[in-house]
Amino acid sequence: MSEPISALNGARYDGIATIEELGLQGMITLRGDLDEKGLAKAAAAATDQQMPGPRKAHVTDDSGLCWMSPDEVLVLVPYAEVEDKLAGMVKALGNSHALAVNVSDARAVFRVSGTHAREVVAKLAPVDLSDGAFKPGDFRRTRLAQVAAAFWMEEDGAFRIVCFRSVADYVFKLLKVAAQPGSEVGVL
Amino acid sequence: MLILHCPCCGVDAEETELHAGGEAHIKRFGPGSDDDQFHDYLFMRENPKGVHFERWQHANGCGKWFHAARCTATLEVFGTYRAQTTEPPKDIRDAITAKRPGWVWREFS
Repeated sequence: MSEPISALNGARYDGIATIEELGLQGMITLRGDLDEKGLAKAAAAATDQQMPGPRKAHVTDDSGLCWMSPDEVLVLVPYAEVEDKLAGMVKALGNSHALAVNVSDARAVFRVSGTHAREVVAKLAPVDLSDGAFKPGDFRRTRLAQVAAAFWMEEDGAFRIVCFRSVADYVFKLLKVAAQPGSEVGVL
Repeated sequence: MLILHCPCCGVDAEETELHAGGEAHIKRFGPGSDDDQFHDYLFMRENPKGVHFERWQHANGCGKWFHAARCTATLEVFGTYRAQTTEPPKDIRDAITAKRPGWVWREFS
């Protein structure tokens, strides 16, 4: 088997915020009734996290659960364990009406950190990112300029951004432009 | 700028996150219907100046469809509600009546 490599192979940019491509991240799309006990249990067993409420993410390092829509949750697991976790989850789901699929290689993950991280993301997404409106643990599916993306805020105020792998280069360039030195707006 | 509250994920989404899905509450006439019914189902749309009901999809978001009631003249939004219904719910109709007494839209008022 050939060696898996992430979309931008760990590209990095330092401007008013630091942009990093995070490399390979195991991701499983889990669809079904999120209120169903069996599904919540299967998701929790794979990640050691509780099922998040609407627009929330429970993530520690590269394991966690992100609320995507009323019937979809994104399960984050370490890349090396994704097949095992998926098999365990499918077994735990049994006959319940749910679907779990490994989408790790269809995605790219970025981290935007630094004092101006909020500003960099706010330039690209139609989302209220002021202190009071968007807090650590909040999750949002939206767009970055012209492509779909999702992000959440980590405890230290950095953003983790997930997008499709096919647009990883576009998103990285967007973030680079938004983080150009001297481009602070100073409102967030 | 049009801002609609998505009843599925609770986000106040602005226009560029949404996809317009045309008129709401259209009754389908398919096999077995006569030509006039099928013609009306396909082509006849309301074009009101005032109260209007539309379908919207939160495309760059949770991906779900929902309904919105708004005024085409002022862009005022009276409310949004779930897609799984064939008529506007009472609270939405009351909200419209409070602001546009005597409104009529297709068979609803």
